[in-house]
Amino acid sequence: MNRFRQQFDSFLPTFRRELGAYFATPMAYVFLAVFLLSIGMFTWEAARFFDTGTADLSPFFVWHPWIYMIFLPALAMRLWADETSAGTDELLLSLPLGMPGLVLGKLCAAWTVAAVGLVLTLPMWITVNYLGNPDNAAIALTYFVSLLMAGSYLSIGAAISALTRSQVTAFVISVVVAFVFTAAGWPLVLSGVKNLFGAGLADLVAQFSFLSHFEAAQRGVLELRAVLFFVGFMTLWTILNGLWASRQRLG
Amino acid sequence: MRYGASLLSRVDLILGHWPDSLNNAITRLPGKDLSRRMLDIQKLEKSFGEKRAVQGLSFTVEKGTVLGFLGPNGAGKSTTMRMIAGVLEPDSGDATIDGKSIVSARRDAQAALGYLPEGAPLYDDMTPPEFLAFMAAARSLPRSQRKPAIERAIADSRISTVCSQRIGSLSKGYRRRVGLAGAILHDPPVLVLDEPTDGLDPNQKRAVRALIARMAPRKAIVISTHTLTEVPAMCTRAIVVDRGRIVADETPEGLLKLSADGTLENAFTRLTDQAEAESA
Repeated sequence: MNRFRQQFDSFLPTFRRELGAYFATPMAYVFLAVFLLSIGMFTWEAARFFDTGTADLSPFFVWHPWIYMIFLPALAMRLWADETSAGTDELLLSLPLGMPGLVLGKLCAAWTVAAVGLVLTLPMWITVNYLGNPDNAAIALTYFVSLLMAGSYLSIGAAISALTRSQVTAFVISVVVAFVFTAAGWPLVLSGVKNLFGAGLADLVAQFSFLSHFEAAQRGVLELRAVLFFVGFMTLWTILNGLWASRQRLG
Repeated sequence: MRYGASLLSRVDLILGHWPDSLNNAITRLPGKDLSRRMLDIQKLEKSFGEKRAVQGLSFTVEKGTVLGFLGPNGAGKSTTMRMIAGVLEPDSGDATIDGKSIVSARRDAQAALGYLPEGAPLYDDMTPPEFLAFMAAARSLPRSQRKPAIERAIADSRISTVCSQRIGSLSKGYRRRVGLAGAILHDPPVLVLDEPTDGLDPNQKRAVRALIARMAPRKAIVISTHTLTEVPAMCTRAIVVDRGRIVADETPEGLLKLSADGTLENAFTRLTDQAEAESA
């Protein structure tokens, strides 16, 4: 038990440091501004929020996977790559810190910034309540699953950031990987897979897509398997992250 | 009942004899005093691909010793120090810091060590007190001790004038001293400092030397340096490494005797050139 606790002792110092780093530099503010601007733009301009005539947030949520796919790797790219390029990884690895706490501390700091972004979209929720009578329980649930999905995108970005010392490389690779897991559920991709490999494989591919798992949540249905998928996905990438970050010790 | 009594008397017998046998065991061990041996390096090896960076390095450092760790670039100084700090895993061999193995009890060993990495990498977005607070938290210092420890480290490394600036805007000398403050923050019994005076002006160098001299009686300190003039000024012992092997282990005076013209530079060149000639 004590050994187990030691592994996670490093969570709080790491989390506080990383969160401080986001807000000590313009990083978090730029992210939040651009994130809110683009999600607003897509909701109003592309999805015609006011023209749908219904009081719900579906024109808003439908863009979440795509916006996350681009912006969350930008948030996660510095987590490990920045340490390696600045040489501070050597300082970090020389401290008596447990790797699990270190990995989770970093991930949760980025996740907190993403959560702040989501919280700042609440005026939209307030607006639909002013305009009509939306199903608020359903909206709250969609927000919850969206936050889980954000964590999954960040876990990809954080893990890949541990593979390279260049933040730009980390960003590009993360977006590509995130695109694969997003677009796997896209009808365009699915029909292509179906034509080539048959319906069975298309179904399998769709099982690994964020789009498919977020779809039910958008309708306000809480699917246990969607929650399990995102939590499991995050766990897998977090373990990879720990392994890739520990690789440093081998030289 | 009688059985129990006889068992107890046996325990008594063993207990009565135990300290003696233990003392004998200690006196029979090589090395003068076990409790003074703070850092014990045993046959450390590390290769990077084909290159054998460190080839079976062994030495011990006792309390009160300031060991100068010298050698040309690429001799394996930093690699050795990284292995001692637990940043790199050795291919084989072990290093024990205050009795804790860096291989089998890494976190305990790291807790007993203060380490200044080469080039003093720091978090540029933090101010020195913020950085030290992070280090204190990362080292799990009890909350009540954090503030006094940070204040002491700031005073010892003389960085109080730059406390409100971000580390990114500090000069090389101040950065080095902030890194040093981080290394001595938890008052560790063993200090490993990779080029602590590199980039400092003469006044700052003197201040760092004085700080090291002040700490020396209570600690075992290993310092790597390129600047040979610092060896007699700071160190009580000097090890010269070349191509991953120890080529000399002397006092600074002993090192001088190895030179042809009485300068350390000559001794250094002779030692490292010789090794080069032998391996060629």
